[in-house]
Amino acid sequence: MNLLLPDSGLIFWMTIIFALVFFVLAKFGFPVITGMVEKRRMRIDDAIEAARKAEDAIAHLNQEQERIVAETRAEQARLKKEAASERDRMIAQAREQARIEAQKIMDEAKARIAEEKEDALRDMRREVAMLSLAVAEHVVRKNLESDADQRLLVDKLVDEMSASNGERKITSES
Amino acid sequence: MRWLRNISVVFALGLCLTVCAAESDGSIASAHQPDAEAEVNISEMLFGHIGDSYGWHITDWNGRHITIPLPCMVYSRNTGWHFFMSSEIEHGHSYNGLCLAQEGRYEGKIVETAPDGSQTRPFDISITKNVASLIFTAVLLIVLVLSAKRWYGRNDAREKAPGGLAGLVEMMVMMVNDDIIKEAVGPHYRKYAPYLLTVFFFIFLSNLLGIVPFFPGGANVTGNIAVTFVLAMCTFLAVNLFADKHYWKEILWPDVPLFLKFPIPLMQMIEIFGLFTKPFSLMVRLFANIMAGHAMILGLVSVIFVTAKLGPVINGSMTVVTMLFGLFMDCLELLVAFIQAYVFTMLSGVFIGMSRQSEH
Repeated sequence: MNLLLPDSGLIFWMTIIFALVFFVLAKFGFPVITGMVEKRRMRIDDAIEAARKAEDAIAHLNQEQERIVAETRAEQARLKKEAASERDRMIAQAREQARIEAQKIMDEAKARIAEEKEDALRDMRREVAMLSLAVAEHVVRKNLESDADQRLLVDKLVDEMSASNGERKITSES
Repeated sequence: MRWLRNISVVFALGLCLTVCAAESDGSIASAHQPDAEAEVNISEMLFGHIGDSYGWHITDWNGRHITIPLPCMVYSRNTGWHFFMSSEIEHGHSYNGLCLAQEGRYEGKIVETAPDGSQTRPFDISITKNVASLIFTAVLLIVLVLSAKRWYGRNDAREKAPGGLAGLVEMMVMMVNDDIIKEAVGPHYRKYAPYLLTVFFFIFLSNLLGIVPFFPGGANVTGNIAVTFVLAMCTFLAVNLFADKHYWKEILWPDVPLFLKFPIPLMQMIEIFGLFTKPFSLMVRLFANIMAGHAMILGLVSVIFVTAKLGPVINGSMTVVTMLFGLFMDCLELLVAFIQAYVFTMLSGVFIGMSRQSEH
């Protein structure tokens, strides 16, 4: 059948035309396109690689930053703790000092009080001696008539003495 | 669901129209349709389209053929070269003793009639319809690819991707390059990529133009065995010219028991036979697929004319059915146009890859 027999004229032309098309496209067409796309592909690969590196760098920086922040936090906490202990120590010291000071004042006061007491006692003793002397004076000045009279007198004098100083003085003068 | 309903509406509308037409001019339709002639015309039309012709018949208008005359170039052993337009030998005319054979071995071809009445076939390199279509396809392909290429000259392809035509061409080229050629050929694909790309786009464009039903498409280029023969021949050469030692060893001294290859070279015969069956299968596959597609669509369209004599109702309803089938076939042919180009390229790539397998 005609359809299955290749026609020589058509083979001739097809060979020429196809060779021509192949020559033109293989020389000026397809390699340019594929080459350009290949170049673009390489460039995209490069760009992706660069982006990946940048990402890595950023991740690294982030890590660094986090580390620094953590370090700073730790430092801050340490400083805070130090300050707190310092404060506590100072307070304790101050308290101790205050206590010592107070003790000293207390001791001084006690010593003073004891001194005062001593003084007062001495005064009292002297006063008592003076009183005794006055009483003795009075006793000596009055003639001793009877024992009863003497006892009455002594009581009266003692009573007078146990009243105020002034009274006692007035009494002793009288 | 929606488009299904639309289709059924169109279908029903078509049927209604044909019934109306039937009522209005019932008997006229069959009156001026000579029955016997119609069938002959269809077979002629079918083979006229599928085959080749010296002029490019575009359409019939008011009973006249509108045909683009194409140059004929014929070399006769007796009278030398003849250059003339195909219109010279139309309708049984003859030019310097050359005419179209009406019957016999050379039916439809230019033959030289000797004085004794015997017909001989001269050497014929006329620009036939298929050659004209080939030239058109080739020019279109070159223009498409080179105009897409110009984009790369004007722009830095490293910085941006093309749009428009260049983008389309780039997408197709890279699809074929990466998905077909690289996969099929293997590590040496770069050397063969331009050839395989040319083959793919040549076949694809020819197939697409073949589906276009009017001038300058519609020629049955890739459905012609001469065209597929040349393509298959190119693949045969690409496979065997650059094959490596390993490939030839597999053919001439394959790795089989000695008795299969020594006294009688049985395996060698099979392998050498296989050498030729591969391109042969390429040739026949492309030719048969495209030709069958064309024949199928033409046959479907012919149904309209065949049923014309059966009355307007049947004719009208068959027209609607035929249109739907034709639409389906055209879509299928679009698919086949791509698939056949894909398959031809891929198998060529695989055969080439097989001839270079020892190097990786």
